[in-house]
Amino acid sequence: MSSTVYHAPGTVEDAVALLSADPTARPLGGGTDLIVQMRSGRLSPGAVIDLKRIEGMSGVRRVGDAFAIGAATPCTALKANAGLAAAWPGVVEAANLIGSVQVRNRATMAGNLCNASPAADSVPALVAAGAVCVIAGPSGLREAPVEAIPVSPGKTSLAPGEFVVEIRLPPRPAGGGDAYLRATPRTEMDIAVVGAGVSLVLDGEGTCTAARVALGAVGPTVVLVEEAGAALVGTKLGDDALAALSQAVQAASHPIDDKRGTVSYRKAMAGVLARRAALIAASRAGAKA
Amino acid sequence: MNAPEQMKQFRHIGTRPIRPDGVDKVTGKALYSPDFKAPGMLWGAILRSPHPHARILSIDTKKAEALPGVKAVATGKDLPTLESLVMHVGEGASDIVDISHNCLALGKALYEGHAVAAVAATSPEIAREALGLIAVEYEELPFVLGLEEALAEGAPVLHDTVFTKGVDPKPDKPSNAAMRVEMGKGDVEGALASAAATVSGRYTLEPVHQGYIEPHACVASWNGDGQAQIWTSSQGHFAVRSLTASVLAIPQADIRVTPLEIGGGFGGKTTIYLEPVAMVLSKKSGRPVRLAMTREEVFRATGPAPGAVIDVRLGADADGALVAADVQFLYHSGAFTANDAGAGVSSAIGHYRIANTRVVGTEVLCNRPAAKAYRAPGAPQVNFAVESAMDELAGKLGIDPLDLRLKNAAAEGDPQTSGLPWGRIGYVECLEAAKAHPHWSAPLGAHQGRGVAGGYWGNYGGPSTVNVSVAEDGTITVATGSPDIGGSRASMAIMAAEVLDVPYEQVRAVVADTASIGVSMVTGGSRTTFATGMATVQAAEEVKRLLCERAARMWGVPADQVEWRSGAVACLAGEAQGQTLSAAAIAGRSFHSGGPIAAVAALSAQGWLPGFGVHICDTEVDPETGHVRIVRYTAVQDVGTAIHPDYVEGQIQGGAAQGIGWALNEAYIYGENGKLDNAGFLDYRMPVASDLPMIEAVMVEVPNPAHPYGVKGVGEVPIVPPLAAVANAIHAATGARLKDLPMAPDRVYAALHPQG
Repeated sequence: MSSTVYHAPGTVEDAVALLSADPTARPLGGGTDLIVQMRSGRLSPGAVIDLKRIEGMSGVRRVGDAFAIGAATPCTALKANAGLAAAWPGVVEAANLIGSVQVRNRATMAGNLCNASPAADSVPALVAAGAVCVIAGPSGLREAPVEAIPVSPGKTSLAPGEFVVEIRLPPRPAGGGDAYLRATPRTEMDIAVVGAGVSLVLDGEGTCTAARVALGAVGPTVVLVEEAGAALVGTKLGDDALAALSQAVQAASHPIDDKRGTVSYRKAMAGVLARRAALIAASRAGAKA
Repeated sequence: MNAPEQMKQFRHIGTRPIRPDGVDKVTGKALYSPDFKAPGMLWGAILRSPHPHARILSIDTKKAEALPGVKAVATGKDLPTLESLVMHVGEGASDIVDISHNCLALGKALYEGHAVAAVAATSPEIAREALGLIAVEYEELPFVLGLEEALAEGAPVLHDTVFTKGVDPKPDKPSNAAMRVEMGKGDVEGALASAAATVSGRYTLEPVHQGYIEPHACVASWNGDGQAQIWTSSQGHFAVRSLTASVLAIPQADIRVTPLEIGGGFGGKTTIYLEPVAMVLSKKSGRPVRLAMTREEVFRATGPAPGAVIDVRLGADADGALVAADVQFLYHSGAFTANDAGAGVSSAIGHYRIANTRVVGTEVLCNRPAAKAYRAPGAPQVNFAVESAMDELAGKLGIDPLDLRLKNAAAEGDPQTSGLPWGRIGYVECLEAAKAHPHWSAPLGAHQGRGVAGGYWGNYGGPSTVNVSVAEDGTITVATGSPDIGGSRASMAIMAAEVLDVPYEQVRAVVADTASIGVSMVTGGSRTTFATGMATVQAAEEVKRLLCERAARMWGVPADQVEWRSGAVACLAGEAQGQTLSAAAIAGRSFHSGGPIAAVAALSAQGWLPGFGVHICDTEVDPETGHVRIVRYTAVQDVGTAIHPDYVEGQIQGGAAQGIGWALNEAYIYGENGKLDNAGFLDYRMPVASDLPMIEAVMVEVPNPAHPYGVKGVGEVPIVPPLAAVANAIHAATGARLKDLPMAPDRVYAALHPQG
C-alpha cells in the first residue's frame, strides 16, 4: 500500500528541500484541488508539503502601490483586502467565482494557477492584469509572468523542487480597469465553459491606450490574446472595436468538444464574454480615471 | 384554503410544530447509513465492470484472497440460482432474478459500473487494493445506449430471455423492447384529421439521477445459525428484508433490518444494491461487513430515471376543446426491465377530457444502469411533452394557456385514461388558484417570459402497520414501519394527537425495525401520510376506546357511561359522575386494571386520490449566451389536507427544484466508449441554491373524503409540471420552442442562433 507523508516546513528553504527530495511531492496550499485528486486516486504523491506554516505565505502585502499575494492566501481573504479589491476588482472577482464560499475559504490563486487547468477562473484575470509569480527553487528565487506557468492541462513549467511563493500584481495604472467573466450553466459550484479577463487603460478622452485580454477554457492553457488587446488600443471601445475584439478572441480560441461545452458554443461565448468584460473594465477605468 | 364542504376545526392538523427527529438532524447526531459501525466490522468494496457490455469469461480471485487482511471475496456465483419471480414492493415491480444479477453480475456485465465481484477486508485500503488483484477476463460485446438504436434491427440484444410483454401474440424472438403498454379510446386519426387546430412534436429527455445526498450503504451481519441483521437506510426496510431474503433464498424472519436515517431517496431507495452482497461477505467471513458506495458508484450503478423519446399529437376544435391526443413514447429501462412506462401512460393525458386518445409506452433495454423510480416515476417525461404541446396549441388557437387548460380540465366523475372515473380531484381548483394568483398577471422585464404547466400523479395507499402504545405516565408512542423521508414522524404524531386530543409533545413517533412492527410498504408513491396516517388514526382510535373501557372499569360503570373529552375520559354516571381520568391516571394503573394499553392497526389503505399541480414559471434568457435564469416560480397544488404545512410546502419546493434542474442542466453524458462521463456533482449539474428563486408554494385544499383527515399524497406531484413550465417560459421569452432536455445554455444558444 502506498502512503503519503505530510510535512509542514517553517521556511521556504525547507520546503524547497522537501520538494527536491521527492519528485512526486506536491505543495499544499488550500488543497481544494490536491486533496480531491488524491481522494479520487488520480494523484498519489509520496509527500505533501504544506506551505501554510511558512511566514508570509498567507496574506496580501502592499509593496508601494503594487501587491504581493502569498501563495497560501485563500480567495476569501482577497475580497477582504479593500485596497486590492479596489485596484484589481477583476482579479478579486475571478478568484471569488471558484467553487463555493467554503471552497474559497481554503482555495488559493497560486493553487488555481499551478493546478494548470485551462478553465482556472483566476488565471485569465491575472494574465490580463500582467501579474508575475515569484518562484522559489533549488537555485533561489526567480520571477515569471503568470502565463508562463501552465504548459498543458495539469502540467506547469515549474522545475523539480520549485514552487510559487507569491503572486505580484502591479500598481493599478491611472485610468486602468479590469474585469473577468465566465460562462457556466450554474451560478456557482461550476467550472468555466469559457472565461475572459480584460485589463485596459483609458486616457482622459476615453481612448484605450493599453489592453490585455486573456481567455480560459478555449485551449490547453489560458491564453493571452495580443491581437484582442490590440483591437482595443487607440479606440473608444465603439461597436467596430468591440466587433474586432470578438473576432480576434474567436480566432485565438481553439477549444475542444467535451461534456462542458462544444467548440462552436465556446468560441461564440469567448467573443461575447470578452466584449462584455471589456465594457465592464472600461466603465471601471472611466470611474477612476 | 379549505374547501367549503370540509371546514373542519382542528387542534393539531394544519399546525407547524418542530419535527421530533429535527434536533438530531440539525445537530449532526442522527445516524445515517454510512455512519453505522458494528464491532469487528469488515470493510467491503465492489469491483465494477469497466465495459458497457461484456461477457464475463472468468473471474480469478485467488490473489485477492491471498492478500493479508482480506477475509472474503464474492462473485455472482455466490448468490443462489433463482426462479423468475416478479416482486412488488411499491414504486414498481422487479423480477428477483434481475435484482440478483444487478447486485452481482452473472455471465454478462450489462453496463459500465455493473458489480462483478466484492471483497471484505480489515481496512478500506486493503479492500480497495484487493479489488485490483481480482482478474476478470471479459469478452467485450457491442453495446447500445440510445432508445431507437436499441430497437433497431441488428442492435445488440441484452437478454435472450426477454420477449416484449404486453404484446399479443408473444413475439417470436427476444428484443430490447421489454414491455409495451397501451391505453386509449375512440378514433384518434379521424378526430385529428377533422380538428380545427393540431400540434405535433417529438420531445427527448436524457436519464437523470435522483441525486440524494446520502450514498447507498449498509452493514450486514449473518450468523452461523442463519439469523442476520442489516442496518441500512432505505425507503422501506421491509422491502430491503423481502428482496434480500428472496435474493438469498432464506426466510424473511431470519433477517432483522434496522432502518437508519435516510438522506434522501426520491424513489431511488426502493430497491437493493448492496445488502445481499454484504450478507454473502458476512457469511463467508463470519463478521459484520460494511458496504458503502462512493458518489461515483452511485451515479454509475444506481437507478436513474429513464430518458425518453416522446411523440405527441394534439387536436382541438376552434373553441379550444381537445378532441384527440396521440402520445407514443420510449423509455430507457437500462440493463433490466423497469416499469415507468405504465405510469407514464396513465399520467400522460388524464388531466384533460379528450374523447379520442391513444397512449403507448415502451420500455427499452440498453446498456445503462437499470432505471429506478424517481419521484412520480414515468410522469414528468411524458408531461413535458404533453404540456409543451398544450402551450403550442394555446398559441395556435390564440387562447390563454390557463384558459385552454381550464376549458379541458378533468374533474370528479370524468374518465381517467384507464376509463375509470376520477374521484374528488382538484385540478380545476388549482388552475383557478393559479389564474387568481398575482404572479399570473405580474409585469415582465426585458428578455423575460412566463410559462405555465399542469400535471398530476396518481399517488397510492397500500399496506401499513402502526402500533400506538401508552406509557405508564400516559405519554404515547406511535411506532410505524414507514421510513421518515419527508417529516412523517411529525405528521403521525400530529394525527395521533388530534385523535386523542392531547398535546403534540405527549406523542412521540418512531420508525420501528422489521422485528418490532408489522409489514409496511415502502415510503413511496406519496403514500405514507395517507396510508400510514390512516393506520395511525385507526390505532389511536382503538387506544382511545381502550382507555375509555379501562376508565369505566376503574369507576365501575358500564363502558357507555364514559366519554372521551379534551384528552381524558369523563364519567357520565354513577358516583364518579363529573370526574375525569387522564391517560396518565389510567395508564399508571394499567398493570392492575387489565394490562398495558396498546393497539395495532394493520391495513391496506384504500381510497387514495391523485394530486394535481399547476406551476407558473418566469424565466429570463440571455439572448447572447443562452443562459436561463428562473426569475420567479409559483407552484400551486391540491394537497387534500396539509397535516403539517411546512413539510407539504417543503415537498412542493423540493419537487419544483428537482424539476427545474431536470429542465435546465441535469443529464447523463456518455462518451463514445459507452462510459458515463459525468459521474459526479461537478458535471452532473443539479441546481444549487443560488440558481433558484424562492419557490412559492400555494396549497389548495380539496380534502380526500376517504381519509379521516382528508389527506392526499403530496410528495411526487410537484416534480411533474416544472419541465414544461420552464420550457414554456423559455418559449415565451424567446419564441424558441425547445423540445430536447436539458435546456442548457449551449442548447438554448443553438436554438436562438440557428446559423451558429
